[in-house]
Amino acid sequence: MKKNLSRRSFIKITGAGTAGVIAAGSISKLSGTKKVVKGKSGSKVEITPTYCEMCTFKCAGWVYKKDGKPWKIKGNDTDHHSNGRMCTKGSAGMGTYTDPDRLKKPLIRTEERGKQVFKEVSWDEAFTYIAEKMQNLKKSYGPECMALLSHGAGGSFFKQFIKGFGSKNIAAPSYGNCRGPREEAYMLTYGEAIGSPERTDMSNSKCIVLLGSHIGENSHSSQVRDFSTAIANGAEVITVDPRFSTAASKSKFWLPIKPGTDMALLLAWINVIIGEEIYDKKFIKDNTVGFEQLKEHVKKYTPEWAYTETTIKPEIIRETARLMAKNGSKTLLHPGRFTVWYGDDTQRVRAGAIINALLGNWGQKGAFFNPQKAKVAKYPHAEYPKQNKEMPIKYELANLALASGICDATIPSIKDGCSFKGWIVYGTNLIKTFPDRKNTLKAIQNLDLLVVVDILPTEITGWADVVLPECSYLERYDELRVSKGKKAQIALRMPAFEPLYDSKPAWWMAKGLAKKMGLEKYMPWKNIEEYLDYRLKKSGTSLEEMKKAGVKTVKTDEPIFYSKGEQIEFDTESGKVELFSSVLEEAGFDPIPKYKRHEQPEEGSFRLITGRSPMHSFSRSVNNPILTQLMPENEVWVNSVVAKEWDIKHGQYIKLKNQDNIVSTKVRVKVTERIRHDAVYMVHGFGTEQKKMRRAYMKGASDSLLSTKVLYDDIMGGTGFRGNFVTFVI
Amino acid sequence: MKKYGMVIDTIKCVGCSACVVACKTENEVPEGLHRDWVVEEVSGKFPNLFMEIRTERCNHCSDAPCVSACPTGASHQKEGSNIVKVTPNKCTGCKACVASCPYNARFIMPEGYASKCTFCDHRIDEGKGPACASVCPTEAITFGDLNNPLSKVSRLLRARKHKALIPEAGTNPNIFYLT
Amino acid sequence: MNEIAVITNKVNPSLHIWGWEVPVYLFLGGLTAGILIIVSLMFLGKKEKEYSFASYKMALYAPIIMTIGMGALFLDLKHKLFVWRFYTTFNLASPMSWGSWVLLIIYPFSVLLIFATIRKGYPKYNEWIEQLLSKINFVLKIYKWLLEFSERNVRTIAAITMPFAILLGIYTGVLLSAFSARPFWNSPLMGPIFLVSGLSTAAAMVILLAKDHKEKEFFTKIDLGLIFTEITFLVLFIIGLTTSSIQYQKAADLILGGKLTPVFWVFVFGFALIIPAFLEILELKGKKIPSAYAALLVLIGGLILRFIIVDAGQTSGWLPY
Ligand SMILES: Nc1nc2c(c(=O)[nH]1)N[C@H]1C(S)=C(S)[C@@H](COP(=O)(O)OP(=O)(O)OC[C@H]3O[C@@H](n4cnc5c(=O)[nH]c(N)nc54)[C@H](O)[C@@H]3O)O[C@H]1N2
Ligand SMILES: Nc1nc2c(c(=O)[nH]1)N[C@H]1C(S)=C(S)[C@@H](COP(=O)(O)OP(=O)(O)OC[C@H]3O[C@@H](n4cnc5c(=O)[nH]c(N)nc54)[C@H](O)[C@@H]3O)O[C@H]1N2
Ligand code: SF4
Ligand code: SF4
Ligand code: SF4
Ligand code: SF4
Ligand code: SF4
Ligand SMILES: [Mo]
Repeated sequence: MKKNLSRRSFIKITGAGTAGVIAAGSISKLSGTKKVVKGKSGSKVEITPTYCEMCTFKCAGWVYKKDGKPWKIKGNDTDHHSNGRMCTKGSAGMGTYTDPDRLKKPLIRTEERGKQVFKEVSWDEAFTYIAEKMQNLKKSYGPECMALLSHGAGGSFFKQFIKGFGSKNIAAPSYGNCRGPREEAYMLTYGEAIGSPERTDMSNSKCIVLLGSHIGENSHSSQVRDFSTAIANGAEVITVDPRFSTAASKSKFWLPIKPGTDMALLLAWINVIIGEEIYDKKFIKDNTVGFEQLKEHVKKYTPEWAYTETTIKPEIIRETARLMAKNGSKTLLHPGRFTVWYGDDTQRVRAGAIINALLGNWGQKGAFFNPQKAKVAKYPHAEYPKQNKEMPIKYELANLALASGICDATIPSIKDGCSFKGWIVYGTNLIKTFPDRKNTLKAIQNLDLLVVVDILPTEITGWADVVLPECSYLERYDELRVSKGKKAQIALRMPAFEPLYDSKPAWWMAKGLAKKMGLEKYMPWKNIEEYLDYRLKKSGTSLEEMKKAGVKTVKTDEPIFYSKGEQIEFDTESGKVELFSSVLEEAGFDPIPKYKRHEQPEEGSFRLITGRSPMHSFSRSVNNPILTQLMPENEVWVNSVVAKEWDIKHGQYIKLKNQDNIVSTKVRVKVTERIRHDAVYMVHGFGTEQKKMRRAYMKGASDSLLSTKVLYDDIMGGTGFRGNFVTFVI
Repeated sequence: MKKYGMVIDTIKCVGCSACVVACKTENEVPEGLHRDWVVEEVSGKFPNLFMEIRTERCNHCSDAPCVSACPTGASHQKEGSNIVKVTPNKCTGCKACVASCPYNARFIMPEGYASKCTFCDHRIDEGKGPACASVCPTEAITFGDLNNPLSKVSRLLRARKHKALIPEAGTNPNIFYLT
Repeated sequence: MNEIAVITNKVNPSLHIWGWEVPVYLFLGGLTAGILIIVSLMFLGKKEKEYSFASYKMALYAPIIMTIGMGALFLDLKHKLFVWRFYTTFNLASPMSWGSWVLLIIYPFSVLLIFATIRKGYPKYNEWIEQLLSKINFVLKIYKWLLEFSERNVRTIAAITMPFAILLGIYTGVLLSAFSARPFWNSPLMGPIFLVSGLSTAAAMVILLAKDHKEKEFFTKIDLGLIFTEITFLVLFIIGLTTSSIQYQKAADLILGGKLTPVFWVFVFGFALIIPAFLEILELKGKKIPSAYAALLVLIGGLILRFIIVDAGQTSGWLPY
């Protein structure tokens, strides 16, 4: 019912691909229009357009070759993701191409799963093996028992393939292990999701509130740029973080909150803003439902009460609330991105969404804009087969499939629905991406087929039956980037180099597999160039043009902002912003966020909190030959008083042990004032246990390994990572 | 006479180190060596903390001790400017210049000669700014001629509070930090 | 608390630029300077009859030791093919530059001093050389002419060698003190310290190798004076650092509680200065102590002193990273 309503516009976020009928194409030789620039020293410089795959933010840029050799990567000036300036990782993208540890040939497992003994095979052998297994699975269990777990551009082609095969069970970690709670919270409140890149107009903000978003270290290009632009223009920042993050150092207020108590602070802020009547009365009256209930609900959440939970002083809570209100709709309480923390995450993000409503900043300059998106034609293909069995739904309000849900549903103990028997894993290192490794491995051991498509011998490849080596993003055409933003833009990725070794692009693999299994009608294009050119030509441009420009801006007529005081039609059940959510109420959840106390560490143990380094992306960059020169390992941040108590020195290597007695690899200590005494901090992605990743092997420690406890979001099933506690092993 | 300099906004800089990667790729700086780097300086006690983040490199000092220390003239100031450069085939690898730089900006290349930031003079000749400045996502780095009162660097220095690093070392550095 | 860190993993290059080669070079250079000064002084002061080792035998060591020293320096160069570049420019502001020119100038004079002394100092060698050269008559003629020329003009040669030798001795210190970027080195006393230490090690060589008791005793007295001068200079040097600005004080901390404290005080002050001075005093008072002990300690101490100073200087800097 209502939830279907909310499902409608949201599902667009992951806009999948297409399909049709024709024979398998070959990878075309590097051809096309490349700009040739003469360098001063007489060297020949060639540039080719791409968009970045160092993380999933997809900034568009140019790949530079000097005399045919890899040189550098630079942002594309017209691109709204990068504004011509790529982040650290994007600038180091050449490292993925030059990394000598890359996967080189298709591999088939020869011994017990996880032992990592493989034989090199030809592509045809690999495809034959997979096709046979998949046909068998289809016969015994139905096509729905195959799932695709995918994170990254090329996953689009495997989506086409697996849908053609007869399964719609596709999930990405970017939902259940990342921004799911945020998207659901905004769906529930505003009827629209935030999306990526975020629809935030931070550059024009006068006041920015960051709750555990460490922009700056979280280095998504345009977010960082917007943030620093705002600061340069005098915006006042309030950063709520147990750690003195980079963003905190740029802030007027740093609120070193006790981890896990953000909800108390948010509710107290609402209490102050409503109590002091400093909210946007017109917006609330015209555009929201449930204000009176909210007012009543937050009465008990006074700043004095919140102080005891959060350790943030009442006067600071009041002062910051007033600062937000003073700047009104030019205040942005950032919705965050990685929001799977403590299990009540949808509710926590919703509390922030409610504050934004009180500030009346939806569709307003300096806060949220209405994103534009280019319409790009699909390539016609035969209609996908109907799916008979649905994936078991544990979380009714989840709009997207949960990657960890697929994992759980692979373990037979789950009663209803189908149990997955085969996975295709594209561009996601599930061993490090999921918490609770034991559970992941249990699921994997229950599979009849695990196909991993990757570029590096990361942890997940070690568990595969078949490993398909993809070429890096610099060596391939890929799906078009059609993303949302202030401008509607299309970006092209084309190869700058021939694929090294025996690696191949995703489109070629998916199409090859489709051919092998007689599913060509779902991917009926001759080859990738034909596929892209068809779609581009239908959309007012062409492959030729895109090769020259890299990025194309498409004119749209919808305004990106509402005028102040305008009455807005929201895509919620009530058509208004739902301060009180009847959808939640009906489904048995709190219609207005409530405070729930979370477990706190015992004496001598510390909450494990994690985040990003601007120099790395998750686990995918830890072997990058350029980035490892800047940051070869992660450190564990320990408060200086704690370090003294434990007699731990700065730079010393220690191990961490979590509440389930899991012990990490050695990690160097950073003794610092920059973190609370009750938490330790680590950058996610390190502690590689794969010998074949020679630069990364045993460097630093893995937060994933220590995250054995999962605090599931009861509304959408997100995997809360932050309920883990560690102590030191010296 | 050009006096090239940089004005770096520590308020904008987030320490992302994109400038370091850009320099490494643009100038093909060998593995493990850095022409620029990023420093975080924290003062205070929890929870009253202050942090300055800044990117550093050779200051192209007007009174460059590395040039005067060089026995062979390999280290020199590029004609008509303050850009300090090294001519590899004049360099003996004696490291006097490395020892004489108070900013620790120099290093020895695997081939044996001394090297460091060149202010990307090859790009200046093409009318582009330094690579590090051109990628900085926050546009914290501004490059220009300090002798020209109308240049952006001069205007920034007039408008904002700034400092140089260890001016007391007496080298007349040409990189300024807005604070 | 002040935390300061380079977050991009830059290896501090200044910490590792000079290894064993440079201190060895500085030590041998200082020793050469000391030898040449002493030899020159002997002739200029007309003491050659009294102190025959210092006058006639010691000159031979100078170019040999200097060559080994320069060999060590050459080993330190990282761009060896371009070593000749030292002699395509003269940069007055660069001690490294004028040092290399001083070496070039002093070399022929140190050889002339050998010519001037070899017939008295090493008659056997001379015979052997003459025999060797006798096959090519005109070379022998030149050789003999050189011997006679040098012997005749020995005081002029000494007079020219002397200032350059002093320059060489001071240079070994000034090479370091000119680096204002390294507070530990950046002291005006560095030149005098190295000069005195070079002289002291050369005097120790006389004590060690001379046969004549009177000569040993004379040089023991001289060495004692030099040791006390060196101690005075070192103390003034430390006071200078500690009373200077913060960077200098931090640099001084290296030997005043920092990581180089034990080696500095035990080996340099203790074994290389105080103990030899003590032994020398006892000796002069007539106690039976082999003079070689003190002399060896002085020589080894001189080497250690240079190791420590070179190391401490590289560790010190204006920036903590
Ligand atoms: N413990 C912990 N877990 C987390 C997080 C955390 O902070 N802590 N963060 C969560 C978040 S926010 C997210 S979004 C997810 C991210 O989860 P993932 O996307 O799984 O992140 P990575 O660890 O980078 O794994 C990416 C994998 O894709 C491979 N790869 C890279 N490029 C290509 C390519 O071009 N083609 C192919 N086929 N493969 C490629 C890499 O080698 C690597 O194996 O992780 C989540 N999991
Ligand atoms: N360089 C780089 N940038 C990235 C990525 C990357 O891998 N590398 N990944 C991208 C992706 S997919 C995502 S999802 C985003 C993630 O980026 P963000 O959304 O910013 O999330 P995290 O990285 O998890 O943020 C961690 C911050 O939350 C703080 N924190 C921990 N516990 C608490 C708490 O209880 N309360 C509060 N208020 N704060 C807390 C931590 O101290 C830390 O500063 O980054 C994106 N940007
Ligand atoms: S934010 Fe950085 S790593 Fe991510 S896509 Fe953009 S440039 Fe690439
Ligand atoms: S690129 Fe810019 S923001 Fe990033 S560290 Fe360098 S100067 Fe700072
Ligand atoms: S910063 Fe160092 S290397 Fe650069 S000019 Fe100054 S002294 Fe020379
Ligand atoms: S290392 Fe080269 S550039 Fe530096 S002082 Fe010596 S000769 Fe000059
Ligand atoms: S100016 Fe050029 S050489 Fe110097 S640090 Fe920046 S990029 Fe490197
Ligand atoms: Mo994410």
